[in-house]
Amino acid sequence: MTEIADILISASFWAAVLRIASPLIFATMGELICERAGVLNLGIEGIMVIGAFAGWMTVYAGGGLWTGVAVAMLAGMAFGALHGVLTVPFGLSQHVVGLGITLLATASAYYAYRLALPEVTNPPRIEPFQTLHIPGLSDLPWLGQALFSQTALTWAAFACVAIVALVLYRTPLGLALRAAGENPHAVEAQGLSVGAIRIGAVIVGSGLMAVGGAFLTMSAFSSFFFEMVNGRGWICIALVVFGAWKPGKALLGALLFAGFDALQVRLQQTGMGQVVPYQVFLMIPYLLSILALILMSRRARVPAALMTPFNRGER
Amino acid sequence: MTDRRTLLTQFSRRRMLMGTAGFAAAAGTGLLPSRLLAQEPIAVAGIYTVPVEQQWVSRIHIAAEAAKEAGQITYSFSENTANTDYPRVMREYAEAGAKLIIGEIFGVEQEAREVVLDYPDTAFLMGSSFMPDPAYPNLAVFDNYIQDASYLSGIIAGALTETGNIGMVGGFPIPEVNRLMHAFMAGVKEMKPDASFQVSFIGSWFDPPKAKETAFAMIENGADMLYAERFGVSDAAQEKGILAIGNVIDTQSDYPDTVAASALWHFEPTLQAALAKVAEGSFEADNYGVYSFMKEGGCSLAPLGTFEGKVPQEALDLVAEREAAIKAGEFTVEIDDSEPTSS
Repeated sequence: MTEIADILISASFWAAVLRIASPLIFATMGELICERAGVLNLGIEGIMVIGAFAGWMTVYAGGGLWTGVAVAMLAGMAFGALHGVLTVPFGLSQHVVGLGITLLATASAYYAYRLALPEVTNPPRIEPFQTLHIPGLSDLPWLGQALFSQTALTWAAFACVAIVALVLYRTPLGLALRAAGENPHAVEAQGLSVGAIRIGAVIVGSGLMAVGGAFLTMSAFSSFFFEMVNGRGWICIALVVFGAWKPGKALLGALLFAGFDALQVRLQQTGMGQVVPYQVFLMIPYLLSILALILMSRRARVPAALMTPFNRGER
Repeated sequence: MTDRRTLLTQFSRRRMLMGTAGFAAAAGTGLLPSRLLAQEPIAVAGIYTVPVEQQWVSRIHIAAEAAKEAGQITYSFSENTANTDYPRVMREYAEAGAKLIIGEIFGVEQEAREVVLDYPDTAFLMGSSFMPDPAYPNLAVFDNYIQDASYLSGIIAGALTETGNIGMVGGFPIPEVNRLMHAFMAGVKEMKPDASFQVSFIGSWFDPPKAKETAFAMIENGADMLYAERFGVSDAAQEKGILAIGNVIDTQSDYPDTVAASALWHFEPTLQAALAKVAEGSFEADNYGVYSFMKEGGCSLAPLGTFEGKVPQEALDLVAEREAAIKAGEFTVEIDDSEPTSS
């Protein structure tokens, strides 16, 4: 047990937690916005891939890092628009559309990659986001290394949570969005368009998911591999449930998952690693997340109209 | 006709990607069934489950491209083929008249064996975890047995590590990965008998951010030298200012101050051996793994490049001595396929 304590008090562990959590935070916020408006977006995994590709490719082609982030977001929004049109006015199955979008976006990313780079032997690299030095804070003992040695994108992830929470709970737009996911008829009665709110939420949410993907190629790493999202999108779906559809709790969930992940790679090198098979360590984050999910979601309130298409005039 | 049409769709996709109009010519001289004379290029098809720039497959692809440039073969390929699709693509190339099909059947061992029986006139040379079987006479197997080069890269690592604490991040503990790790560790111990190793597997082939995080954890735990089996590891080494040893491909140009040495795999001898057999009509169920051995020219230590002059002479002498002994057949690097553990 002292080994675990040693890991937990090391500053580099906490730095790793923030790093691992960042892409999850963006994508979880994106999914949360969609679901609060009543649309389950299973396109998340593919949208993260397209974001990872679009952002990276922009920088590789000579664009700036922030331009890359913007392009990633736009690419995600484009697929979000497709998802929104199919699920909201057409009212198609959100499961089928979502999985379809994931397949389409993943394949599109790879197709575009091959078009742009037909003859490469080693995966090309870009100069990714560098650790941001914050005068004063980054120089603090322990805390400086643990919390204040991150890239700008990680800070953007945390800012994103604050903005999402603020908009959801403190603005008329947020009220309308939440109502669209709870009681769309009430929104309609107010003279607002449920369809527009839902499509808008899916588009914006997809944009955030894409930025989560872009974090992988532009901050966590420097090359694009089309398999590199590696299920992170599906984790985010679970994190939204874990967070009971609330931004703050979802952030906590992302940090918890990242914490387990950062812990397991370190535990593998302790005495336990000699006796326990490595697969068990790799399972830890998922097992503990399932456990936490069971405990946390018992009192969760699912948006009442989640996955229910809305047709005007229909009772 | 159906089969040919779907095959043509594939070719045209590829051709379109290349942006050339040579599709008709390639299909005409290449894979469409025709009477092949001995001097005519042999129709070769490659089927890969990952994109062609990914380490292992890139070595096969480069060798095939070179043979094509030399006019020895015609070469078409499908990359990123899902395992569920793999048998179908094998059939399509075989139906279209490919004489030699190369690829990897680690994920479709049984289905692929069923396919080869239906095409007795086509030679299949496949990366596989199993040994050749006379029951499948037209299926030969290979893998990257580059333990000789891994061993030599270990000697250099052993000379360059100061703490004697070496981190190794792998994808999955499969034989190909394990045997190279063991050979590397044996090399390290030639120079540093008391070296200790941290071994981790990330449970994925392509998750560089995860490989990088795992490498960071090893560096925090005292590693000053990393064995980069996966993409992402050299990045961690570069960021933290320590050294790394490459595997299968040479990435020193991307990490000039980080990658000190690399064990390279050369697929050319394997391909040439298979082509010779196909040409003389004597291709059979063989194990082509031996063509990856150093004495066959199947692997080598990458040039020192930016690390010229930075490696102790004592280590270079031992590398030269062992390399000569390996090539002369006087020294054998042990092949150990068991899962390595931390020490």
